[in-house]
Amino acid sequence: MRVGLFVTCVNDAMFPDVGRATVRLLERLGVTVDFPAAQSCCGQMHFNSGYRRACQSLAAQFADVFSGYDAVVTPSASCASMVRHHYPQVSPQTTPLPVYEVSEFLVDVLGVTNVGASFPYSVALHQTCHSQRLLGIADRPQRLLAAVDGLRLVELTFPTECCGFGGTFSVKNRDTSVAMGKDKVADVIATGAQVLASADMSCLLHIGGLLSRDRSPVRIMHVVEILAAAA
Amino acid sequence: MTGPQIPTFSGTAPFPVAARQALGNPQLRNNMSRATATIQAKRQRAVAELDDWEPLRSAGAAIKDDALARLPDLLVQLEERVVDAGGVVHWARDAAEANAIVTRIARHHGATEVVKVKSMVTQEIELNAALHKAGIDAWETDLAELIVQLGHDLPSHILVPAIHRSRAEIRDIFVREMTRNGRPAPADLTDEPAALAEAARLHLREKFLRAKVAISGANFAVAETGTIVVLESEGNGRMCLTLPKVLVSIVGIEKLVPTWADLEVFLQLLPRSSTAERMNPYTSTWTGVTPGDGPEEFHLILLDNGRSATLADPVGRQALRCIRCSACLNVCPVYRRTGGVAYGSAYPGPIGAILTPQLRGINQHQVDDQTASLPFASSLCGACFEVCPVRIDIPEVLVHLRTKVVDRRRGFDGERAVMAAAQALFVKSRWLAAVERLAGGLLGRRRWLRMRGPAWVGAWFASRDFPPPAREPFRIWWRRSRS
Repeated sequence: MRVGLFVTCVNDAMFPDVGRATVRLLERLGVTVDFPAAQSCCGQMHFNSGYRRACQSLAAQFADVFSGYDAVVTPSASCASMVRHHYPQVSPQTTPLPVYEVSEFLVDVLGVTNVGASFPYSVALHQTCHSQRLLGIADRPQRLLAAVDGLRLVELTFPTECCGFGGTFSVKNRDTSVAMGKDKVADVIATGAQVLASADMSCLLHIGGLLSRDRSPVRIMHVVEILAAAA
Repeated sequence: MTGPQIPTFSGTAPFPVAARQALGNPQLRNNMSRATATIQAKRQRAVAELDDWEPLRSAGAAIKDDALARLPDLLVQLEERVVDAGGVVHWARDAAEANAIVTRIARHHGATEVVKVKSMVTQEIELNAALHKAGIDAWETDLAELIVQLGHDLPSHILVPAIHRSRAEIRDIFVREMTRNGRPAPADLTDEPAALAEAARLHLREKFLRAKVAISGANFAVAETGTIVVLESEGNGRMCLTLPKVLVSIVGIEKLVPTWADLEVFLQLLPRSSTAERMNPYTSTWTGVTPGDGPEEFHLILLDNGRSATLADPVGRQALRCIRCSACLNVCPVYRRTGGVAYGSAYPGPIGAILTPQLRGINQHQVDDQTASLPFASSLCGACFEVCPVRIDIPEVLVHLRTKVVDRRRGFDGERAVMAAAQALFVKSRWLAAVERLAGGLLGRRRWLRMRGPAWVGAWFASRDFPPPAREPFRIWWRRSRS
């Protein structure tokens, strides 16, 4: 199986550890990963902000870069849902690509829930809007984390509520975005979790930005970084 | 008279500004978050009782889509049936025409006051303010609408317009205002819900018995029979619809359903989605006039006010399926924090963010800044679509309307420059790598960044830190480690 990694622009530029963890984990499970260098961004920011034409050119580029792979795996539920749900609206003529969020790929394609990881910390899982509502895969990260050795999964009181990031919403409607984010932070703190995990670094850069401003010791991690932690 | 001025939404600031003001009111936030959490949980239970909820949603959407596709024919059919049953049908292109028709009817009967059933469409056309100008008092008889009216306030929720008020605030409004407008509230009024309701009942009773003209909206209008349908919970609607001599119903043209049998679907979808009840307490249906029973004169005003223009848009038209249940408001993380007034429209929340701009012509021309801000008042979390009983894909329409706003914007624009620069960088992965390297070299420490700056930079850093750019971006690492 030819697997192409779509690392996403956010992970490439700010969270390269997430990309490295994805590669490490997939290779540990026997998957050969390729990283086509011409990739960049899925165009979600342009799409959601109303710049449809700019998004069309990025969608065309994506289709070009990732054509021919049996699976395109990405450590972002949000970008996966952009490609899967919105590309057909943006450019109806392009053939749909087999894009998977990484936890979805592990559970649904590889059929693995125990990846042999060990992580002796308490972890709260932020179910991102796109993983639960657009992809419908919110339970995959949950099942994978539950199988991690030593990991204690703690429940948020409002696990399905949006964190308030929303792309450019975070700056255009900054007060509302921050109000939502602060409520999420309070929920996370109340669980006593040491780590807040999610399938999307974009949510985590918003929540993490608030946690950092509060000098909170809670760490943010992508689910895949935990899964890649060797036993 | 309820006061010299009737408040309207005109002059509301664009959403980000109005939202900031609302977010600064802790009482409002507390009232909103408690009330919406309660309704949300109740709705969830009411919906879970039905094992055919999803097929019902699809049926609701299909019936509405079918009616909208055949609207001209169905409207003519409705008109014929209503006229056959002794009613009078008026057609109103916009708010001004509808308000003028109501004023003319009231004056014709020498009425200086009218009683009202709760109605969203009369909020939309600002009927009360128009009647006030014509020297006619319009009395709201729904408890929550009465609270809003007596409080010289604006509605903040479709179903529960006084949702932003606590019991104690309502008591104070009743004690202060009822005496100026009719029967005073008892001096020893407590903030017990039963006591508040009793005070409202006594205050309203004399208005029901005195009024010659009643005004209603409609939840549904059945084309095949010419029947108008109103759902309510308090019986005030039944009083208005049966006691006064003249009844005027103002109905948006999208309220049409083809047949009586179609109501079967909506009488399940609406109560469970709105009040979380299996069945609402009062469902009134009437067809024209019935001699010796109820009003002697019935006027139906069919209102367009931007609906035809909305119907013309293939993506945006799904907003016309809306049955005003307000389930999307109660689950919306934005609405739950800002309240409804920040949306500057009778229709707040997610549905308001797609309906108001379309009714105001966003599909046809450039709109004012407040209207243009509404499609952006969402994080696109999708909770609204999940609960919508007629499956309106609100996020899809929000993004669609954002595109219209962006396409019509003229002149220099920092946002457009940022978007163009980002796109240019993203299509040239080599430049992207160079920029990533540069940023990583300059700022690639391990600590989160904290800085000041203009526009979006300032907006982010006002309350949040930002992760530093990676010293070694992923693509560089890959090239180094795999080549």
